[in-house]
Amino acid sequence: MAVSAIKETGRDRAYLIFNYAMLTVAFVVVLYPMLYMISASVSDPKAVSSGEMWLLPKGITFDGYRRVFQDADIWTGYANAILYTAVGTFINLAVTLPAAYALSRKDFAGRGFFMAMFMVTMFFGGGLVPTYLLVKELGMINTIWAIVLPSAASIWNIVVCRTFFQTSIPKELQEAAQIDGCSNFRLFVKIVLPLSMAIVAVMALFYGVGNWNSYFPALIYLNDSAKYPLQLVLRQILVLQDLSTQAGVSIDATTAEALNSKAEVAALVKYAVIIVAIVPVIAIYPFLQRYFVQGVMIGSVKG
Amino acid sequence: MQDAKSVLTGGTLPELHKLPELRKRKQRHLFKRVLRNWELYLFIAPAFFYFLIFVYGPMYGIQIAFKNFIPVKGIIGSPWVGFDHFVRFFHSYYFWDLLWNTFSISLYGLAVGFPIPILLALAFNEVKDGFFKRAVQTVTYAPHFISIVVMAGMIISFLSPSTGLIPHAIKWLGIDTPDFLTDPRWFKTMYVLSDIWQGAGWGTIIFLAALSGVDPGLHEAAIIDGASRFQRVRHINFPALVPAMTILLILNMGTLLGVGYEKILLLQNPLNMESSDVISTYVYRSGLLDAQYSFSTAIGVFNSVVNAILLVLVNQIVRRTNESSSLW
Repeated sequence: MAVSAIKETGRDRAYLIFNYAMLTVAFVVVLYPMLYMISASVSDPKAVSSGEMWLLPKGITFDGYRRVFQDADIWTGYANAILYTAVGTFINLAVTLPAAYALSRKDFAGRGFFMAMFMVTMFFGGGLVPTYLLVKELGMINTIWAIVLPSAASIWNIVVCRTFFQTSIPKELQEAAQIDGCSNFRLFVKIVLPLSMAIVAVMALFYGVGNWNSYFPALIYLNDSAKYPLQLVLRQILVLQDLSTQAGVSIDATTAEALNSKAEVAALVKYAVIIVAIVPVIAIYPFLQRYFVQGVMIGSVKG
Repeated sequence: MQDAKSVLTGGTLPELHKLPELRKRKQRHLFKRVLRNWELYLFIAPAFFYFLIFVYGPMYGIQIAFKNFIPVKGIIGSPWVGFDHFVRFFHSYYFWDLLWNTFSISLYGLAVGFPIPILLALAFNEVKDGFFKRAVQTVTYAPHFISIVVMAGMIISFLSPSTGLIPHAIKWLGIDTPDFLTDPRWFKTMYVLSDIWQGAGWGTIIFLAALSGVDPGLHEAAIIDGASRFQRVRHINFPALVPAMTILLILNMGTLLGVGYEKILLLQNPLNMESSDVISTYVYRSGLLDAQYSFSTAIGVFNSVVNAILLVLVNQIVRRTNESSSLW
């Protein structure tokens, strides 16, 4: 045979081309809406609503952003979201990391019991109403605790951390420290945690993004709008105010025109709000992508 | 000490008549372990109490599904009514609609959405590390981090009949556009496709992890035997993904009826209700908005029971065919 085994045949090349084509399609399909939103948020609302703007901004205006930043609710939402995310994520980590460490220790008596008790919650739970009643019973309605405590830990993340502690921290190191009379507490704080910054970062990010993005607990547990986090304010702007402009009510021409221009401005504001809401997450994302991926890998390969 | 250690490590075979003594020694050993590692109990305490209060606590509250919960009487004091709430739910005229919507949205999502991350991962794996690969991965992972509210906002903006991008594009092609947001026939497709847009890229990670475990020797051997790229992907890489696929499939089955409040609630409106109302949104409405606590808890219980049955069933089927990839 003249063709060496390593050289690519025509069929191989065809397959590769197909592969690249598929990935390119995926790339464009995901990227295009995001670029479109950015452009739409700074374009003349007329150009957007008439469909003249396809990719690049047309008739640049920052009116949308001006309106968004003038909105007091957005600022309150931002402040609340930052507070809930910071406190929530701190609690998440304070619950998850020590528990995962204890479960990673083979000489921890009762390991099996705790593990079983936690795992069961992956498949069984009380459901929406009993959880709501409990939170109410505990007097946490309309407080930050209703947002941060009922989701203080996820068993999935505990397992991911436990796996990391088991596989990435040399057992010999822990044993040596213990022989030297190091307490478990010091061992954890001075040796294990510093060696686990990768997983701590992953957890902080997973929990952090989760807290930043969550809206449902706020929806059911908070009734004072001054306490609403950003996502709930967004729901107000993006989702709830919408049907009025589309319900297909029969109206005369002038009202229709007025409604239309209102709808155009509303659409502009929406795109601006979407960008403003995504920016914090997207801004940190490229730097931390590596860690995110690592976190999922640890969880999936050895979990 | 010496003795106990060697027994535990299997160093010497214990003689039978010494068994009670051995057990005592083992107990003493356990006691020592507990004492020596007392701090570990402090470590696990927050998680223990969290699960006890916030996960097992509500499980205790499930009993109100079998009672007529009266807030002033509390969970214990409310009178038992047996399966009344369940019967009422089964006989209600929306029961079959809810069940159908829940199942069909889940299965539709699974059928269309499940293969895509697998195909993408297989494709990623064939591309050399470099700018292209990094760029595609970075972009396709990104939507995973967009919140559900923003996602719903995007869907509504993009599909809005007067100002949206997609109706414009369709009009440009010269076709009449349906009103996606309010037409019940489009709800499920809209829901499933947006899910794929948001999750497919991120979903590849787990499969890429599995692919990284493939022995390169297999590929070398296949190349020497004259296998084409496609043949190698088909016969080496694809089979390597089967265990991960099976586990994910089983887990998905376990949450089939769990299809969520989160996004559906945001996209639901009175006009698309007939195809968008699912069990969980109904539980939310009847339970929290209408305060029918017992009734909606019963629906939640029904939901969990069906999920559990499906999980066990699918796992059983998998175990019959391929023991090693079942969940338990």
